[in-house]
Amino acid sequence: MNELWIILTGMLVASSCALLGCFLILRKMAMVGDAISHAVLPGIVVAFLVTGDRHSFPMLLGAAAFGLVTTLLIESLRKSGVQADAAISVTFTSLFSVGIILVSLFARQVDLDLDCVLYGEIIYVPWDTIIWNGLDWGPKAVWIVGTTLVLNALAILLFYKQLKLSAFDPAMAVALGIPVAFFHYLLMGLVSVTTVASFESVGAILVVAMLIVPAATAYLLTDRLSRMLLYSVLTGCLSAVTGYFLAGALDASVAGAMTVMAGVFFILALFLSPRHGIVTRWWQRMRLRRDLASHGE
Amino acid sequence: MFEPNALWVVAGTSVLGLTSGIIGSFAFLRKRGLMGDVLSHAALPGICLAFMVTGTKNMFAFLIGALLTGLVASFAINFITAHSRIKEDTALGLTLSVFFGLGIVLLTQIQHSPNGNQSGLDKFLFGQAAAIIQSDLLWLGIISLLLITLCALFFKELKLLSFDPAFAKSIGFPLRPLEFLFMLLLVTTVVIGLQAAGVILMAALLITPAAAARYWTERLGQMVVIAACFGGLSGLLGSWISTFGTQLSTGPIIVLSSTALFFLSMLCAPRRGLIAKGWRAARLKTKLAEEAALTALYAWMERNQQPAIPESELPAILLEAKLSPKQLDNLVRKGWLCRQDGELTFSETGWKEAYNTTLFQRLMEVWAMYETSIDSPVPLQEVGRKEEFPAQLRRTLLGLLHRHQHAPRYLPDHLAPSEQGGFL
Repeated sequence: MNELWIILTGMLVASSCALLGCFLILRKMAMVGDAISHAVLPGIVVAFLVTGDRHSFPMLLGAAAFGLVTTLLIESLRKSGVQADAAISVTFTSLFSVGIILVSLFARQVDLDLDCVLYGEIIYVPWDTIIWNGLDWGPKAVWIVGTTLVLNALAILLFYKQLKLSAFDPAMAVALGIPVAFFHYLLMGLVSVTTVASFESVGAILVVAMLIVPAATAYLLTDRLSRMLLYSVLTGCLSAVTGYFLAGALDASVAGAMTVMAGVFFILALFLSPRHGIVTRWWQRMRLRRDLASHGE
Repeated sequence: MFEPNALWVVAGTSVLGLTSGIIGSFAFLRKRGLMGDVLSHAALPGICLAFMVTGTKNMFAFLIGALLTGLVASFAINFITAHSRIKEDTALGLTLSVFFGLGIVLLTQIQHSPNGNQSGLDKFLFGQAAAIIQSDLLWLGIISLLLITLCALFFKELKLLSFDPAFAKSIGFPLRPLEFLFMLLLVTTVVIGLQAAGVILMAALLITPAAAARYWTERLGQMVVIAACFGGLSGLLGSWISTFGTQLSTGPIIVLSSTALFFLSMLCAPRRGLIAKGWRAARLKTKLAEEAALTALYAWMERNQQPAIPESELPAILLEAKLSPKQLDNLVRKGWLCRQDGELTFSETGWKEAYNTTLFQRLMEVWAMYETSIDSPVPLQEVGRKEEFPAQLRRTLLGLLHRHQHAPRYLPDHLAPSEQGGFL
């Protein structure tokens, strides 16, 4: 049973991250996702100091606020003439440092293990359950991550057209009167909420992997956004499942193994994707050459 | 001021800041700022592998391991962007997280394995500046010196690589080896910094001092020196501040010091700083408003051939020129406009200024009409102010103005423009 809960959590995290990751990748904002997942640390600490609970609604809100602050900071730095990579770096390294300093200053009040924040401990998930009305309702983490998955899926379903257009052709979206800035911040807000919701199970840094890697794999497999969303969720879930067993076999970190498996699937897609794979394209070129040669005879 | 141990820490972080400021400048100019972040994450599996192979915590082995995985990571990024449709930012994030994940797997495996002596490996993530000792400093110093010397030797080549790689390639420059050298410098900097500073600090130390230095100068040589100073200074400041509190870890404080230096530069730098820019913009705005007011008033007088404007006409003039009454008050305060008996007229300098401004605008208009047939030492687009107007064009353009009957046609009797038109 515990095994099932762990795998379920991993799949939920992978799915909710993968959905958002598709849009991040299409908008060339993968590194902004990375930045947000580091920069929510002060938000996590502050919200934890206030509420004293790791799984609470205010905590999600506090961290989401910090995610938006990160985005705003990056945007305003860029607008005032700082080049993009520097704007991202300066923002997230400083916010992350503030977070670490807060953790070390309030070490006694904050029962936050930095290692735990960064790498996550998914194997502890099944023991932290919700007891309500005397009944065991399953692990808290499953509920929290499940809620964010529903939230992300709902947002994407409701605003599919708008998100799609602002990802592929922002200028056109603006011309059609779509509030592109609003959808930008909506996406960033969702990324921060998802990061915070998942940080304890897969860790703040490995959330980045789930945000980027399955979506990048899916990007190599298809040219349609709807399929890309589906494939990214599928590869994300597959990485979670196989990662769990890999971790078992190697006696190593579950979250790390899930990331490694996501990387393995990406490499497979990179070489073998039916349309964009390196080997497939090479094979097609060889066949074309052979065909041309046989025509010449 | 410092205990001997603290002194090593201060010296170590300063040297580190100095070196990464120098190397980071080139990374910054090549828009590879995030590479520092990627490489420092990618060092983790290398360090773990080195530990697995050697079984000891050997600094030199760690360096080699991290160097290897760092190079593999940068190769992977180049390969993915070159051979697939994945964009650079995705490739960066992907490589970073997968390498880090691999590192975590190896790290946890080492921790779970019976071969105990593993404590301290994870210190590479956050760094332990406070643990710098004399022998570390020696290593740090030697490698830093080597890096700086290499940078100085290949300064010209790195400069070319940073600013115009396409040109470098076209003149037959060995771009690939140079690219490799640059990566080697970057990876080495990250690796020597990791133990003292940790992953996040290295990402910051590589880019923030360089980004701050960029505000102060337009020249690469100066920028490198300034970035080195900023990096060294943030190391110094950070480790000094963290001696005040026992719980304050040095790394984050150094990051925050360099961020503070960055924001200071962003605000206060003499030419590119926000304050200087804002001040220039404000001055330009007043000047443009002034000119708009002068020409609008002058146009009315020219049309009506009258030396003064009745106050009753003002609202219409202001509305047409999109001006506010405050801008007229400005001119009055400058002594260019006089208000008397319900009328508005120019003072003597006011007449001259209004006439000159109008003349300049019309000369520019006629120049634009004949731009193709007129030889000029400076292109039309580059003349923004009266003072920049090329003197040798004056006579020709004035003739054209008269032919189009577009020259300013009104001045009070006691004033007359000079031969070249206008008042010099």
